[in-house]
Amino acid sequence: MDPVSRKTITVDVNGEGFEREVDARRLLIHFIRDDLDLTGSHIGCDTGNCGACSVLVDGVLVKSCMMLAIQADGARIETVEGLAQDGELNALQQSFSDHHALQCGYCTPGMLMSATALLRQNGSPSDEEIRRGIQGNICRCTGYVNIVEAIRAASE
Amino acid sequence: MLLREVEYARPASVQEALRLLGEHDGARALAGGQTLINVMKARVASPDVLVDLHDLQELRGIELGADGTLDLGAMTTYADVIDSAEVRARPILAEVCAQIADVQVRNRGTIGGNVCSNDPTNHLPPLLVAIGATMTILGADGERSVPAADFFLGVYMTAAGPGELLTKISVPPGKHDGFASVPIGRDGTCIVNVAASLNGEARLAIGCVDAVPVLVKLEATDEEAIRQAVHAANLDPPADVHASADYRRHLAQVLSVRAVAQARKGS
Repeated sequence: MDPVSRKTITVDVNGEGFEREVDARRLLIHFIRDDLDLTGSHIGCDTGNCGACSVLVDGVLVKSCMMLAIQADGARIETVEGLAQDGELNALQQSFSDHHALQCGYCTPGMLMSATALLRQNGSPSDEEIRRGIQGNICRCTGYVNIVEAIRAASE
Repeated sequence: MLLREVEYARPASVQEALRLLGEHDGARALAGGQTLINVMKARVASPDVLVDLHDLQELRGIELGADGTLDLGAMTTYADVIDSAEVRARPILAEVCAQIADVQVRNRGTIGGNVCSNDPTNHLPPLLVAIGATMTILGADGERSVPAADFFLGVYMTAAGPGELLTKISVPPGKHDGFASVPIGRDGTCIVNVAASLNGEARLAIGCVDAVPVLVKLEATDEEAIRQAVHAANLDPPADVHASADYRRHLAQVLSVRAVAQARKGS
């Protein structure tokens, strides 16, 4: 394959198929937010530090500001919009609500995806493992205590 | 952030990747992208063509040879290293990879990308120098092997030149290794890091204090001898908002003592 500056890519996002033409330079987070209009995933720092853009690509937790959309061609992507089913919060989301695990909520979509990835790998994580699991996600409101409690409660 | 315009190719073979890297001026290999994409945002790097190595299975995987040598493909992610049963043959590798950044970065970042970017604050350059790893580089003229101690040439510069690819990192057997660092926050960027290896000769490699890891060979491994050997290396580290040059020199001694203490225990 010779180098291209634009390409039509197909992705599965939360179980729905999409086909879009993208510039090679387009970041995955912009593709998700602006091309697919799935604005749950946030852009916090745009430097790979804050984790607000975290999504799962083929089941693997990544920061979507550090990946090109064209790299996701053929991938299965999960975003925060895929968590709730039939308008009902899933257990993890409900636990965040019950434990006041958010204040401004900006980091929450990324936190939820990191916690989702963690709980799939480890059904009963220790507090230390929870903290390591959300290490790539920065929250400037809560001090993390309630987030850790919410994830622990969701795992029980 | 909007990147500068760039072209993209995802070759299906190493030979095709080499051809693409050789054909296009300004072509750059894209490994996990956990450094490159960010420096492209800041326009610190502006490649014209990205050659994505993602599909090259030949560059992935971990093999433990009969003689105990570990061969790690350059596209092996930190997460792969951490999860690998084979890598337990040299436990320090997984231990250090688990200290790099966070889950997301460890899922995508690769060991080849870590060493080829050769940011002086990276974890793997000093580690691989201390434990005597060997780098395999493939170019149009064939394959060559370079000891880790000769691989790192300068800030962001390595022996893998334009049109070449690092394909494999080979690590000899050994158990007595240590790694100590003072990072900016847990698993953050290192202010100073030191790797120690006491397998045969006693070697230290100090990171963050120069453009490339500083290799120090120890005559003895008592605290005084370690401090003197590090002092004799005449380190000239940078000063920045995180630490003065004097403080980095101080940390280099303290962390060398700690890394050797861990290595003695057998990791």
